Amino acid sequence: MSDAPVISEAQVRQVAKLGRLKLTDDEVAHFTGQLAAVLEHIATLNQLDVTGVEPLAHASDRHSVLRDDVPGPTLAPDVALQNAPDRQDAFFKVPKVLGQGGGA
Amino acid sequence: MELVHATLTQQRDAIARGDVSAVELTQAYLDRIAQHDPALGSYHEVFPERALKTAAAVDAGEITGPLAGVTLGVKDLFCTDYGTTTCSSKMLAGYRSPFTATAVQRLEDAGAVVLGKTVMDEFALGSSCETCAHGGARNPWDTDRVPGGSSGGSAAAMAGSLAAATLGTDTGGSIRQPAALCGVVGFKPSYGRVSRYGMVACASSLDQAGTFTRSVADAALLTKLMAGADANDNTCADRHVPEDLDAVDTPVPGLRIGLPKQYVLEGANHPAVQAAVDAACALYRDQGAELVEVDLPHTKYGIPAYYVQMTAELSSNLARYDGVHYGHRTDRPTTDPAELTALSREEGFGDEVKRRIMLGTYVLSGGYEQQYYDRALRVRRLIRNDFDAAFDAQGAGVHAILCPTTTGPAFKRGELIDDPLAMYLNDVYTVNVNLAGICGISLPAGTAQVDGSALPVGVQLIGPAFGEQTLLQVARQYEQHAGHTELRAPIG
Repeated sequence: MSDAPVISEAQVRQVAKLGRLKLTDDEVAHFTGQLAAVLEHIATLNQLDVTGVEPLAHASDRHSVLRDDVPGPTLAPDVALQNAPDRQDAFFKVPKVLGQGGGA
Repeated sequence: MELVHATLTQQRDAIARGDVSAVELTQAYLDRIAQHDPALGSYHEVFPERALKTAAAVDAGEITGPLAGVTLGVKDLFCTDYGTTTCSSKMLAGYRSPFTATAVQRLEDAGAVVLGKTVMDEFALGSSCETCAHGGARNPWDTDRVPGGSSGGSAAAMAGSLAAATLGTDTGGSIRQPAALCGVVGFKPSYGRVSRYGMVACASSLDQAGTFTRSVADAALLTKLMAGADANDNTCADRHVPEDLDAVDTPVPGLRIGLPKQYVLEGANHPAVQAAVDAACALYRDQGAELVEVDLPHTKYGIPAYYVQMTAELSSNLARYDGVHYGHRTDRPTTDPAELTALSREEGFGDEVKRRIMLGTYVLSGGYEQQYYDRALRVRRLIRNDFDAAFDAQGAGVHAILCPTTTGPAFKRGELIDDPLAMYLNDVYTVNVNLAGICGISLPAGTAQVDGSALPVGVQLIGPAFGEQTLLQVARQYEQHAGHTELRAPIG
């Protein structure tokens, strides 16, 4: 169909950036072709008239389930941090990001 | 020990009678894993000491329950507070969960012995078990072929008799497709039937836990024990779980089987698959069932709608892997937090994960949301409506729908791995069940001869939302009369 989406390499770079993925130039080229094929298949959805059809986000019949607001057990800091790549005391530790001329 | 090839129920009864001890049976499985798994690659991690200790507690009468002493393999996407939970991804290498998934916990509470964690497609994305970061499981019927995916390790372990039953998850076919390719029973209950608590999220509105077993009764028993409301998962249905869900031997009176005319894809099915469906039709007709053509007009839009919504949900769920809180972090120096995350994700995720994150990000990005995401949700409604009409209890609805599970038997490793669209089309018969949130089961239906190998094929039965009981009774009727219960992979 005429409005079949063709994704460009620039768009692939943009979605990779939005998705926090670093890609090499080779990967960009490789993924662009593959994503274009999938998007062309997805474009078959345009054959359907969905006017007036209510969207179905999930098949569950439960919505906005509430529970009593009572304290329960939580993870101890050491347990919560046990898989952290780096930590200091009870904190997740990341590389220094301030003092580079920007920041707060 | 012949008992390792028997059903879970038979093993449980043998332990209860004292014919065999839980320790002996557990050791027999550990021995088989040591012997066969180097070739099959179905387990990522095995827990010999913990398993034998649990089994000894069963033998000592300290652990009792309806599963006392029977062994389980668990897909490495279910969190366990022992061992690691990696989703077969470098991103989660070495990850140790502080809690155990509800589904696993309930089976352990019933006395099950967890043997280990099984290999899968990375983050459950794939249909071949080839996208995992380390190796990949192989099909016990022909180790040059894939076991299917994403729960390929669980399917291969079941087919190789490397556990009495295994757990998987099914987002678009990830239990039923590998069950068909490996010749075992694969059951996906309705969305919300089993808690998702402790299952690493893939696509939250589609993910559902289920089982690989030797028999329909085993699937029913495990489902009965796993199912039911869970305060830790708001989407888990607060619905009655029938106490006699595992009483599958009762035939359904006035049985009506639906045959979707849209599932007869011209030339798409391997002749053995078509023959299996035809034979199943004949079987039910001989059993007095009425065969009815049903109309599911939106069938062909399932795959495109699924890949919009599933990747949208996936890209959101996988945003949590930021290189900060848990999971892989890059060693490369950077002072930019966004780059720290991007480098960590580049190194931690495989190609298929990246592809789907990008697809999901694209369909949700500004200007495209209406065109893709909103449209896909509307199509999802149409697909659900198709099934509702077919199962309509008020009118002349059918009890179950019969169709293939896959178009053909297991394909070769490497055959589809670089053609994502062709790989996605593996889900053509399974994915709409997930979109509609209903239940489906794949049953062994004989073998096809392909290049000198006998390879299993499956038939699928589909039931309405929370209609597990009837579906399992209908499935049992096939199992009982089709003569495929002795189907075993040729690995000894």
